[in-house]
Amino acid sequence: MNKNLYSPLIFEHTHKGRKGYALPDYGKGEICLPPVLLRSNAPELPEVDEPTVVRHYTNSSNNNFGVDTGFYPLGSCTMKYNPKVNEAMVSRSGVANLHPAQPALSVQGALRIYRSLEKYLSEIGGMSEFTLNPFAGAHGEYVGLRVVRAYHISRADEARRKVLVPDSAHGTNPASAAMAGFEIVEVKSRPDGTVDMDDLQSKLDETVAAMMMTNPNTAGMFEYNIPQIAEAVHAVGALMYYDGANLNPMLGIARPGDMGFDVMHINLHKTFSTPHGGGGPGAGPVGVRKGLEEFLPNPRVTEHDDGSLAIEFGEDAFGRVSSWLGNFTVYIKALAYILSLGADGIAKVGPLSTLNANYIMNSLKDLYRLPIPGPCKHEFVFDGLIDKSTGVTTLNIAKALLDYGFHAPTIYFPLLFHESLMIEPTETENIETLDRFIEVMREIANAVVYSPEKVKNAPYTTPISHPDEDEAALNPIVKYEDLHHEAL
Amino acid sequence: MAFHRYLPHTDSDIRAMLDRCGAKDFEDLYSDVTQSLRLKKPYALPNAMSEPELDRFFAGIAAQNREMTCFAGGGFYHHYTPAVIPALLSRSEFYTAYTPYQPEISQGTLQYIFEYQSMMCQLTGMDVSNASMYDGSTATAEAMIMAVNASKRKRRVLISATVAPAVAQVCSTYASSLGITLEVIPEHDGITSKDELEQMLGAGDVAAVIIASPNYFGIVEDYSGYAELCHGHKSLLIMNCHASALGVLRSPGEWGADIACGEAQSLGMPLNYGGPGLGYLCCRKAHMRKLPGRIVGATTDSTGQRSFVLTLQAREQHIRRQKATSNICSNQGIMTLHASIYLSLMGAEGLRKVNEIGYNGAHALAQALIDTGKVRLVNPDKPFLNEFRIETIEPLTSRTVLGALEAKGILGGIALSDNEIIVAVTEMCSPDDIDRYVSIIKGM
Repeated sequence: MNKNLYSPLIFEHTHKGRKGYALPDYGKGEICLPPVLLRSNAPELPEVDEPTVVRHYTNSSNNNFGVDTGFYPLGSCTMKYNPKVNEAMVSRSGVANLHPAQPALSVQGALRIYRSLEKYLSEIGGMSEFTLNPFAGAHGEYVGLRVVRAYHISRADEARRKVLVPDSAHGTNPASAAMAGFEIVEVKSRPDGTVDMDDLQSKLDETVAAMMMTNPNTAGMFEYNIPQIAEAVHAVGALMYYDGANLNPMLGIARPGDMGFDVMHINLHKTFSTPHGGGGPGAGPVGVRKGLEEFLPNPRVTEHDDGSLAIEFGEDAFGRVSSWLGNFTVYIKALAYILSLGADGIAKVGPLSTLNANYIMNSLKDLYRLPIPGPCKHEFVFDGLIDKSTGVTTLNIAKALLDYGFHAPTIYFPLLFHESLMIEPTETENIETLDRFIEVMREIANAVVYSPEKVKNAPYTTPISHPDEDEAALNPIVKYEDLHHEAL
Repeated sequence: MAFHRYLPHTDSDIRAMLDRCGAKDFEDLYSDVTQSLRLKKPYALPNAMSEPELDRFFAGIAAQNREMTCFAGGGFYHHYTPAVIPALLSRSEFYTAYTPYQPEISQGTLQYIFEYQSMMCQLTGMDVSNASMYDGSTATAEAMIMAVNASKRKRRVLISATVAPAVAQVCSTYASSLGITLEVIPEHDGITSKDELEQMLGAGDVAAVIIASPNYFGIVEDYSGYAELCHGHKSLLIMNCHASALGVLRSPGEWGADIACGEAQSLGMPLNYGGPGLGYLCCRKAHMRKLPGRIVGATTDSTGQRSFVLTLQAREQHIRRQKATSNICSNQGIMTLHASIYLSLMGAEGLRKVNEIGYNGAHALAQALIDTGKVRLVNPDKPFLNEFRIETIEPLTSRTVLGALEAKGILGGIALSDNEIIVAVTEMCSPDDIDRYVSIIKGM
C-alpha cells in the first residue's frame, strides 16, 4: 500500500477534447426525437484519455487495503483468502454474454451452476432446497423471513407478527424483520453471551413467527442450548431462522438443519470465499427445510425428469426479490471454491478457523479483557484492554493497528460490551501472520502504558489520518459539483 | 504437509497452536457442540479438484451455454465492455477489500464511490446518489419505501403499467410486507394514462408515483406536467430509467422527479446471465436523510488533505437497527467502480454515440422489418430510442419468429405474448447482424 495519498478525482484530469472510447463507425447520425424528450445539456462527465484512466485507478488502488494486501482480522466478516482460480472460472464458464431472456436450453451450463451450488449448499446447511437469488446477507434475511410469513399464512396462522432477535444480533436482523413487516422483540443474553432461556421462554407465545439466531453468536460462542431453544420455539409453532454470517466454524462440525433451524441464509462472500469487492456484489442464498420449498421466491431453477433444467415461476412463492437470478458470477466463484476444497477440505475449514481464533485469544488474554472465557469458535471479543486507566479506547487500538500493516478488527460490536474488539482471523492465515499480529497487539498494549498519547493519536503512516467525520455529516459534500459550490 | 493450498497449517503448526490453547485436540475446542448435533457422515460433496480438473469442469459448463447475437433488452442490454475495465477491476486492492469502514486505508474505494455518486447525479439530474443498490428492481422498491417513509402517513403508491414487469413484481413483493398498497396506472397504446393517473391521485393518500423512461415497450414517454400533477397532490415522482439512455434522454431531474432509480448494467457491464448489474438510487437533497444505503462524503483530515468517508451513517441498520431506512448493509461495490471507469472512458460524447448507434440501428431494423410485411410495429407513432415492440402477422407467431432466429444464433427479442416481441439494438449488433435478422424474417 502506498502510504502517500493519491488525491485527484478523475474529474480533475479532464482536458477538453480528450476521449477514452473507440466505437464502430456504423449507426452514425443524430437522434431525431422530439426535443422535449431529450436532455437540454450533456452530462458533465470526465474527458480523459485511456492511459490517464488506467493510471488514475491504479494509483487510487494503491491507497486501498485488501485481503491480498495483508491480514484482515475483521470480526463477523470472514475475510478469508479469495482464490484466484475462482475469478478465472468466471470467464471460463462462458456466461459473460448470456442474456436472461435466452431459452433455457441455450443456458443449461449456467443453470447447472445454479443447480449444483444450490445442492451443495443444501448438503452443507442440512436443508432441502436453496434459492440463490438474494443479493446479500441482509437480502437473504428479508427473503427468509418472507418465507416464514408465507408459511404461517398458508396455515391461516396470520396473527404471528413478532420476530425474536437476541440482543447480540447483527443490526441487519432487526432491520430485515422490520422490512418484512414484523415487530421485533429482543431476547436478552446471559453473561456468557448465549441466549437467556428464561427470557426467551417469557417471550414465546402464539404471536411469535420466528426466532432469528446466529450460531455461533456474535461473541463467537456456540449456543450450546440450541436443541432446547429449537424445541421451545417449535413448541409454540414458530420457526427457527439461522443467520449464516457465522457459518464458517461449523463447516465439518454441524449443520444448521440438524440444529433445528428451518430457514437459513449463507453469505457466499464470507464462508465461500467470494470477494467482498469493497462492499459487493455479494450473495445471500436462502435455504429451507423440507415442506417450505414452495414458498421460495421466483424465479426458480428446477430439474426435469430427463435431467434438463428450466426456469419456473411458482404460484406459492411469496414473491420476487430480484430482476433475474441474482449476482450470477458470485455463484461460479463459490462453486469453484467448494470443488477446489472438496468434501474433505470443506470439513477442515471450520476446525482450522476455530483454531486460529483460539490461538490469538489465548495469546493476548493476559493484556486484553476477555469477557467470556473460551473456547471460542471462529471469532472472539475482547472488551478493550485490561488496564483501562490510560483512557486508551478500542478505537485507538484499532487505528494503531493500521500503522503496522493490519486491518482493524470489528469495533464496538457486539453491543454487549462497551469496548468490543472483535477478532476473526479465518483459516487461511498461517501461524507466522498470527504470531506477528499477536506481537503487534502486545506491543500496542505495552505502548499504552508509557505513552498513551502516542497510541491515542494513531495512525501516523496511513495516506490520511483523522478525517473529520463530524464535518462530513454536518455539511455533506457528496458529489464533485459540491466541492466547488456550497455544501448541501 | 499442509492439507490444501488454501489451508497453510502443517501438523506441527497445529500441534503448537493447540498447545497454546491448552487443548489436546480439535475436539477440546468444540466441547460445547453436543454430539447429537454433529455431522453424522462426511459431506456428500465431490472430491477436491486440482486446477486443471476445475478448468475442465467449467469448460464443460461453457459447452452447455450458447452465446447468441443479442437483440433482447427488457432491462438487460448487451453493450461493449472496454478492455480497460476488467483489467482495472482485477486490481485485488479493490476487489478483496471490505466495506470502507476504515477510511485511513480505504481511500481507493471511497474515492471511486464518490466519483460514481458524482457521475450518477450528472446523469439523473439529482442532488444526491447513494453508493448503489443490488439491482434496478430492488432500487425501485427502495425508492418506493423511501417515498412512503417521507410522506409519513400515506400508504398508496401508483406504478405505471409501462414499467418492466420484473421491477413491478419486486415493488409489489416489498409493498406487501409493509402495508403499502401498490396500484397499477393503466396504459393506452404503450403510454401511461395521465387521465387515470389524475383520478387515482385525486382519491388521495398517494405517497408516490413510479414511471419509467424508456418504458418497458421501449417508448420514450412525454412526462410533461407529471411532476406538477404529483406535487399538487403532495406525492413524490419516482423515475426508473436505465442508465445508458440518460446520456441523451431528458433526465429525471429535468422532468421534475424527486427520486431517480434503475439499473445501470447498461453501462457496459457484461450480461453474465443477469448479474451482477448495478442498482442506482438518487434523490433531491430534501430527501437525503431518508436515502437508504451507504453514502460517501468529502471532508479533510488532520493535515488538511481532502479525504473521503462514509457519512450520514445514522440512517443505517448498524446504528438504527429496526428503525433504519433499510436493512441494506452493502452495495454493489466493485460494480460502482465499473460504472465510474466506463463513464470516464466514454464521457458524455461516447455515451451519446453509443445511444446514437442503438437508435439508428433500432430504427433501421424496425423499418426493414415493417417492409418485410411479416410483422407490424406496435404504436408506430410513438417515439423510441433503441428498443421497440413488434407484432407478428399471421401465420407467424412470437414463437416461430424467435425460433427461426434462434436457429441461426440470434436472440431476437423478448416475447411479450403469442404475437408480440420487444426488440433492442445496441452497438453489439452490426449492420450485418441486422441484415441477417431481417432476411430470416423475410424468408419465413
